[in-house]
Amino acid sequence: MSTITIDDLNRLLTEEAGGTDNGALTSELVDTEFVALGYDSLALLGIATRIGKEFGVHISDEVLFDLVTPRAVLDLVNGVARETR
Amino acid sequence: MTAGMATGAGGRTVVTGIGLLTPNGFGLEEFWQATLERRSGIGPLTRFDATRYPARLAGEIDGFDPASHLPARLLPQTDVSTQLALVASDWALQDAKVESGGYADYDMGVVTANACGGFAFTHREFHKLWSQGPDSVSVYESFAWFYAVNTGQISIRNGLRGPSSALVADQAGGLDAVGHARRTVRAGTPLVVTGGVDSALDPWGWVSQLADGRVSHAVDPEHAYLPFDTHACGHVPGEGGALLVLEDADAARHRGAHQVYGEIAGYGSTFDPPPGSGLPSGLARAAELALADAGVAAAQVDVVFADGAGVGELDRAEAAAINAVFGPRSVPVTVPKALTGRMHSGAGPVDICAALLSIRDGVIPPTGKVTRVPAEYRIDLVREEPRTARVSCALVLARGRWGFNSAVVVREALPR
Repeated sequence: MSTITIDDLNRLLTEEAGGTDNGALTSELVDTEFVALGYDSLALLGIATRIGKEFGVHISDEVLFDLVTPRAVLDLVNGVARETR
Repeated sequence: MTAGMATGAGGRTVVTGIGLLTPNGFGLEEFWQATLERRSGIGPLTRFDATRYPARLAGEIDGFDPASHLPARLLPQTDVSTQLALVASDWALQDAKVESGGYADYDMGVVTANACGGFAFTHREFHKLWSQGPDSVSVYESFAWFYAVNTGQISIRNGLRGPSSALVADQAGGLDAVGHARRTVRAGTPLVVTGGVDSALDPWGWVSQLADGRVSHAVDPEHAYLPFDTHACGHVPGEGGALLVLEDADAARHRGAHQVYGEIAGYGSTFDPPPGSGLPSGLARAAELALADAGVAAAQVDVVFADGAGVGELDRAEAAAINAVFGPRSVPVTVPKALTGRMHSGAGPVDICAALLSIRDGVIPPTGKVTRVPAEYRIDLVREEPRTARVSCALVLARGRWGFNSAVVVREALPR
């Protein structure tokens, strides 16, 4: 199981929901809330499905909507990835 | 419903902005020039290889690049029909110069019609469903297909949070939307963005349109859609439409609106009697209801923008309805959509725009490439070239599949 990077997240978000309102999602924006980046709950549902397929980590809806920043998503997915390694 | 503006409830409703995209005009003035010069937007269907389909001509908007008009975030969640509607509403609001902050957000509504939904988007997602499984379907399929999505997206993009709705009545729906928007203004919401846009030119959308049985199988674009012509052979589907900014006349004056195209003065709609009943179509009654609503006598109408089905039986029924209201050859009749194809919910609003420009410029546009009208129709069809005429009042007609009839009366604005 591979770890997920901010670049992966940028790619998934762009493919599923379009680019952010302020350019590519980079490490400078890792603590900016998704809402401030222009992403709604449907965008998060979209990337959760993609993360399940590409990174093998299932994120339930209850957990998903508590993940308000890119960092929270990265930490969750990479944490699960470490535990199952 | 509460009104933020105390002025004008129940008063006149005027058009102060227009955003229009049709196969023969990317924008209002381009459309109008093409219409007067009989430049057609009908040609071979290019969105997919249609060579094995029985109908291969369409009215396409060429070269539309949504990314150059809309933010990246909106592209993965919108069908082309919604992208066109968003651009049209942007243009309409810019044209009306609605200053940000001029109205409170709850004082601005959206009422659109839609007949086809998001066919191309949904076709793409269904293909992913069958080939890659449910996890591959975009989450935005949940609303991108939906008839109300244009109202919703226009509302969100422009912060228009007043009373809003969506109407579905095939080709008649576009006039129903304008009629309901006028009702909404008169009930106290000073500004409503209204109209309709449709597009269904992907293979799935195309076969759905062909199932109608009224689509022209002709191969010559010049003679494929000839409403009221001796050689009428069905219609050509088109894409596009128009969004209008409708305002209470007093509220528009109060904010210093820089232009008024004209007034939406009356509206009526009816259903046809059951098939086989032997009773006439409800179209004449819709026209009479709209005239009565406007307080206009038939003799005061300067031009009729007809539905123009391009199917002999339906053309004959419409001619009979026009004659029932006006008398034989008593009013000029025109069908500018002969140059665009039938745009479903987009057609009525585009005809309203053409009527407003007829009032502005004192000219009635011709009916595409139509040349020969059966004498038995007894209508004065404007054809082959524009007709110079003072136009102060126009009647716009539209019919939808399964018996919808709608009519709107457009009138020149009172001098300020």
